[in-house]
Amino acid sequence: MGNNSRKKMYLRMITSSLIRRASRLIIAVLAIAIGATILSGLVTIYYDIPEQLGREFRSYGANLIILPSGDFGITRADIDKLKNLIGREKIVGLAPYRYQTVKINEQPYLLAGTDLHEAKQNSPFWYIEGDWQNVMIGREIAETLDLNIGDTFTVKGVKYGEQAEASKQNLSAEENKTRDFGSQNFSKKLQVKGIVTTGGAEEGFIFSDMALLNEMIADENFKADVLECSIVANAEELNELTNKISEHIPNLSPKAVRRLTQSQDIVLGKLQALVLLVTIVVLIITMISVYTTMTAMVAERRKEIALKKALGAENKFVIGELLGEGILLGFIGGAAGVFLGFEFALRVSLNVFGRGINFQWALIPITIIIFIAITVIASILPVRHVMDIHPAIVLKGE
Amino acid sequence: MPILELKNVSKIYGSLRALSDINLSVNAGDWLSIMGPSGSGKTTMINIIGCMDTPSTGSVILDGVDISKENAANLTRIRRDKIGLIFQQFHLISYLTAVENVMIAQYYHSMPDEAEAMEALEKVGLRERAHHLPAQLSGGEQQRVCIARALINSPQILLGDEPTGNLDEENEGIVVDIFRRLHDEGVTIIIVTHDPEVGDVAQRKIILEHGKVIQDIDQSATFGEALKLKSKG
Ligand SMILES: Nc1ncnc2c1ncn2[C@@H]1O[C@H](COP(=O)(O)OP(=O)(O)OP(=O)(O)O)[C@@H](O)[C@H]1O
Ligand SMILES: [Mg+2]
Repeated sequence: MGNNSRKKMYLRMITSSLIRRASRLIIAVLAIAIGATILSGLVTIYYDIPEQLGREFRSYGANLIILPSGDFGITRADIDKLKNLIGREKIVGLAPYRYQTVKINEQPYLLAGTDLHEAKQNSPFWYIEGDWQNVMIGREIAETLDLNIGDTFTVKGVKYGEQAEASKQNLSAEENKTRDFGSQNFSKKLQVKGIVTTGGAEEGFIFSDMALLNEMIADENFKADVLECSIVANAEELNELTNKISEHIPNLSPKAVRRLTQSQDIVLGKLQALVLLVTIVVLIITMISVYTTMTAMVAERRKEIALKKALGAENKFVIGELLGEGILLGFIGGAAGVFLGFEFALRVSLNVFGRGINFQWALIPITIIIFIAITVIASILPVRHVMDIHPAIVLKGE
Repeated sequence: MPILELKNVSKIYGSLRALSDINLSVNAGDWLSIMGPSGSGKTTMINIIGCMDTPSTGSVILDGVDISKENAANLTRIRRDKIGLIFQQFHLISYLTAVENVMIAQYYHSMPDEAEAMEALEKVGLRERAHHLPAQLSGGEQQRVCIARALINSPQILLGDEPTGNLDEENEGIVVDIFRRLHDEGVTIIIVTHDPEVGDVAQRKIILEHGKVIQDIDQSATFGEALKLKSKG
């Protein structure tokens, strides 16, 4: 009961001090709020960068290549299992490829049957003249054969099941030509819808839908020779994932594309280090400004402090009151900063990455506690001056 | 029986003897005024009595306890329990209302009690102004808040260093009237003043010069009369 009335008086004193001296405290609150804004904003960005940039990095191509471990190829069931294992939300693109040697004008080329939509997800950086559609040819082929968008060309090849035979017999091109076009061969007229420029091996490929390829080679069974996956993960997560895949789907043999994931991790690491550094600098600056404010506050309130002591307040009481005010300032500034900081992070994210971010509720208590701690730490030295204030000397002067 | 005794008290600042071998005894319930020219040591003396300072030599017995050798923390505690202080520059906390200014003295002493603080303000005629901030009060009203604050913990001695120094005639009268009532209630009052009228209303007056008591005047004969004159305002 009695203690309660003391606590009430304590709160009444420090809140009165803050409310009725509000105009003098605006700068201090502002300093704390700005610090808290930048802190919570940067922390939000710090935690969002891997996610943000992770997706951004995914536009540089597949980072996980999966081969069959046996001779059977990869089936749809494998892919379903794989998708569940990885988690669908982490998959940016997952393109199965089935390769088939075909001939155009007696020259051998590689036809890649795939899922064109997924391939585009994997490799948005491919430059496509025309459309991402059945059928696309590499720039190299287009130039060699002088093909343009809309032109047609004929591919010839051996149907599925006969290929093994053909290669076993190891027929020369000459012999192959003389064999009559029986049921084991196919010939198909295709139209160029897109020309692919990548600067890589893809320029020598023909791309079609897997279904079209299957139709040509007369094999309705889905069977992929390789899966190219683009997955939101850093190097470590990707390693874990490959281990998991090998363990759970033994007929798949996953390989992370090291070059890509490592450079991604290095860039992310550097960026996060930078954000961390800026955050620390901001915290230090906030601390300095709170220190300055509190020093000024103690100096400005020497009379009041002297009076309290003259009325019988022990040092610890006066210090407790000043720290209490500091805690309240830290709380107000920190709370204001959390929300301003989210706004700030959101704007940065929208402008830099072109996407929103999620509000981290945990940031509210964390930021507030950090800023209370900062104000308290920054106040300790100035507030210690209370002990040097002698009421008789201070109260005497006009 | 003396509530306060100064025995051979000196306060020395370098080569300056602000107080020089003072001997003084004050009885409980006495009303004493201290007068003297500027720099004669009045404030120095009242600070020592009020546990805000310690003498260089000599001893000060307050309510049976020698306070001359106490450390700052103990002096704070003794001051809180036994002394009520009034200052020339009222010294109220600007962001607290009148009643809150009274309550902080309770807070540091024991328990804040708003009802009791209101009563104290009522005694000095300020119940109506209890929820005003110091800036909204006149000088006289501010000083009355200070008196209410000084008395709230029932101190044994009320000390004032020029408590009427910043007041006009009328407010001075009001304050002296309050002192009279406190005196009737048995409070020991020690007041430093430059104002001869205020000095004259006490039962006893000492005059300091160069840190020495050069006169010790018993005014009990004229006490009642002077008081009546003064408190009429
Ligand atoms: N802290 C100090 N350091 C050095 N000298 C001091 C100190 N305090 C007071 N003095 C000196 O001691 C002497 C007595 O000072 P004191 O304040 O007691 O005078 P006073 O009688 O109250 O004067 P006034 O009527 O002007 O208030 C003065 O000469 C003053 O300069
Ligand atoms: Mg003085």
